[in-house]
Amino acid sequence: MGNQVNTGLAQLSDQLILVTVLLYLGAMIGYALELAFGRPRGQAPAPRSRELVTVGGGEGGGDRAEAGTGEDAGTAAVPYAPWAATAGRVAVVISWLGWAANLGGIVTRGVASGRWPWGNMYEFTVGICFAAVTTFLVLLLRQRIRFLGAFLMLAAALGLGFAVLYLYVQAGPVVPALNSYWLALHVGAAIIASGLFFLAAVTGVLYLVRRPGAMRLPDRETLERIAHRAIVLAFPVWTFAVIAGALWADRAWGRYWGWDPKEVWSFITWLAYAAYLHAHATAGWRGKRSVIIQLVACGCLLFNLVGVNIFFGGLHSYADIPG
Amino acid sequence: MSRSHVPGESGAERPAAAAEAATVATAPGEEAVAPEETAAAPPRRPAGFGPVAWLRWGWRTLTSMRTALILLFLFAVASVPGSIFPQRGVSPEKVAEYFRDSPSLAEWLDRLYLFDVFQAPWYAAIYLLLFVSLLGCVLPRSVTLYRELRRRPPAAPRNLSRLPRHAAFHGEAEVAELAAHLRRKGFRVATGPDWVAGEKGYLREVGNLLFHFALIGILVAVGVGAVYGYRGNVLVVEGEGFANTVAVYDRFQPGRLVTADSLAPFTFTLRDFQATYQAEGERQGQALDYVARLGVTDRPGAPERAYDLRVNEPLNVDGTQTYLLNHGYAPVVKVTDGEGQVAFEGPVPCLPVDQRTLTSECVIKVPDARPRQLGFLARFLPSTASAEGGYVSVFPAAINPTVQIWAFSGDLGLDDGVPQSVYQLDTDKLQPLVMQSDPLQPGQRLTLPDGAGTIEFTGVKEWITLQITYDPGRLPALVSAVVATVALVLSLVVRRRRVWIRVSRADGPATIEVGGLARTEGNVNFTEEFDEIVGSLRGRFAAASDERPATAASDAEQRPVAAATDTERPVRGRTAKE
Repeated sequence: MGNQVNTGLAQLSDQLILVTVLLYLGAMIGYALELAFGRPRGQAPAPRSRELVTVGGGEGGGDRAEAGTGEDAGTAAVPYAPWAATAGRVAVVISWLGWAANLGGIVTRGVASGRWPWGNMYEFTVGICFAAVTTFLVLLLRQRIRFLGAFLMLAAALGLGFAVLYLYVQAGPVVPALNSYWLALHVGAAIIASGLFFLAAVTGVLYLVRRPGAMRLPDRETLERIAHRAIVLAFPVWTFAVIAGALWADRAWGRYWGWDPKEVWSFITWLAYAAYLHAHATAGWRGKRSVIIQLVACGCLLFNLVGVNIFFGGLHSYADIPG
Repeated sequence: MSRSHVPGESGAERPAAAAEAATVATAPGEEAVAPEETAAAPPRRPAGFGPVAWLRWGWRTLTSMRTALILLFLFAVASVPGSIFPQRGVSPEKVAEYFRDSPSLAEWLDRLYLFDVFQAPWYAAIYLLLFVSLLGCVLPRSVTLYRELRRRPPAAPRNLSRLPRHAAFHGEAEVAELAAHLRRKGFRVATGPDWVAGEKGYLREVGNLLFHFALIGILVAVGVGAVYGYRGNVLVVEGEGFANTVAVYDRFQPGRLVTADSLAPFTFTLRDFQATYQAEGERQGQALDYVARLGVTDRPGAPERAYDLRVNEPLNVDGTQTYLLNHGYAPVVKVTDGEGQVAFEGPVPCLPVDQRTLTSECVIKVPDARPRQLGFLARFLPSTASAEGGYVSVFPAAINPTVQIWAFSGDLGLDDGVPQSVYQLDTDKLQPLVMQSDPLQPGQRLTLPDGAGTIEFTGVKEWITLQITYDPGRLPALVSAVVATVALVLSLVVRRRRVWIRVSRADGPATIEVGGLARTEGNVNFTEEFDEIVGSLRGRFAAASDERPATAASDAEQRPVAAATDTERPVRGRTAKE
């Protein structure tokens, strides 16, 4: 049991998180420049042909085809700066650096306190930002989703900033109830799922902002597909997180489900995302309606994350929020 | 349109885009509702108003996807008050507080079951309707899947080039060879005179259905646990024992069908309790570990075994779980009354008022004291240090334990039949004797004024609170949950897809046409898979160069293929068997 905290490493962790915030902000500026001055994507093609193009999306050939149409329609309408694409590429490099700093911050904190580094609200929030950025960067390897960068990096930087300013507590051991390998499973899964859900929510907001016509954002179908894929990935992980939580509760609190506020809200979140998946699979509920459901679900997630600990307390009162 | 309609059954015959759109509707969803039906929302009312027609209309409305979605939402919204208002099942003391603070509002909230949301009839109505709706859709869909599993994949559509995936090349192959090729890739295969149809990914629907059945399994398991299980809380002081009977519980919540015989007859003694705390740093005083050392007798007559009970390591005796919930100090005191008799002797459990230092408060009632009854309030400081104007505890461990005493004499009010809390002293009919004595150390005694007697602090013990739970639904719930998760992953990851191959020999050299259709979206990977299938077909069956129009020269290239077919002969036999 690590009850001796390595102060030097803990400080290094804090500094790395600050560096991460700066790098994410830098990356955000890069992405934003590309978004503002770059080559806009094309007018939405006719529905039939678009389906054929999006069908191949994500795979190299399909992407290039889509990019091609964007080029043709865009150059005619809006002038663009050639350096903007470079700004985007630089932003990707900065994002990876930020990602590395974020990872470093999490690892050093874990080593410093001698336990899994997600034992309180601060660490949890840092973990979620890391998960969201990781997902984005991994997807970026295969998909043309650089447009998401500006918004996602802003969200991640704000999340980290919020964690540093309002949630920060010094590295240290956790209370006995949290001292379990279930912490790694339950909270780890919750972090991954939340990161993916937030990525989907950012995409969902863009979906609502996107209007038909030439814009630097991809068309609605692409946005919807990205969001849907992120949620399809996240939903089983969230299910696992809830079930792992129930298993842990069974060992620690003597019941696997007791309607503790956190349990209630994770259940509500689960239902809301289940509703999204059903809506998405139903003709007439796809598109805007399912996006709104998705955003409501993300609201539930956010409330579960922050609101429950602040307003309700309950058994999940380990958040260790200062003040 | 019938509910059992599964898109794609007819999809292959439709134009590709329409087929894709139709197939989407079953993607991750559960309801076996055709997209046409859901798009038109609740089905139209029947023309006749016979009871059967009404029933059918009601059933269809209930099992439609729209209703299911609304019920899902209602289920979520109905859970919200369960987190806003204190719940009897979770924190009954807070409910009591609510009744004390605002009685009239609390009464109304109680009438609406807002203190028992998860046991409320309206809550039950929502989830029962949801589960009926779910059953009404999963059952017919299971029948459909069963039929589909027994049927061969549908015939090739007339025009393969209208499918979302399409490829064609010149080459020569027997239908049976192509069938064997697809079968080796895990497809279920059907053949016609000049075509092969293959289908794969049935596990998606299997996972989807299994997931929903598993949810019903969880509901049933929770129900069984609530009816046949029980839960109780008890406080045990070091050196004391516990026998699992209803009478010893401080609080006991049995399920409806629990009787005294349902309790497993085990006993244990709390030999020792140890807590470890963080000694220094910002988190000084934070608990690091708790161990309760028990001597457990599983059933009468069984040998005693030692067990170390920890927070995340409950004691399990034949399915009955014992959990360590909380701990605190119980100073041992000895009260001698004014007549020189020992009126009380034993440990007094104190309630912590500050978790960081475990400063605790307790009440000692001595109704047997003569000439007058005695009552004490005590403050226990585990690590006493003097501070401005008094004494405080600086650390939760019992390093320098002391007790400060407030003493009263008079009528404790125990004889008028009104139940009292052991943690509260009703001082209405009591006269104060001593107000906040100096801290007593173990072995020290305080002599009360007016010859009322003495109180001696003899030692320190620790107490623990335990929760003892028996829930027969635990294991079924776990199994259902695991099945649900695995099935969910299957239903979201596996894609149902079809591939058709046609060999046409209309004019000269044969052309092999391949068409593919993923019946669920997110089919990026299907593009890859399709390309891979086409590539492997090309590799085996294509003419030398299918860039060129096939010529007579390709005959020579076909020889190796023909040779290869010999090795495939047994497979053809398998086809025939089907």
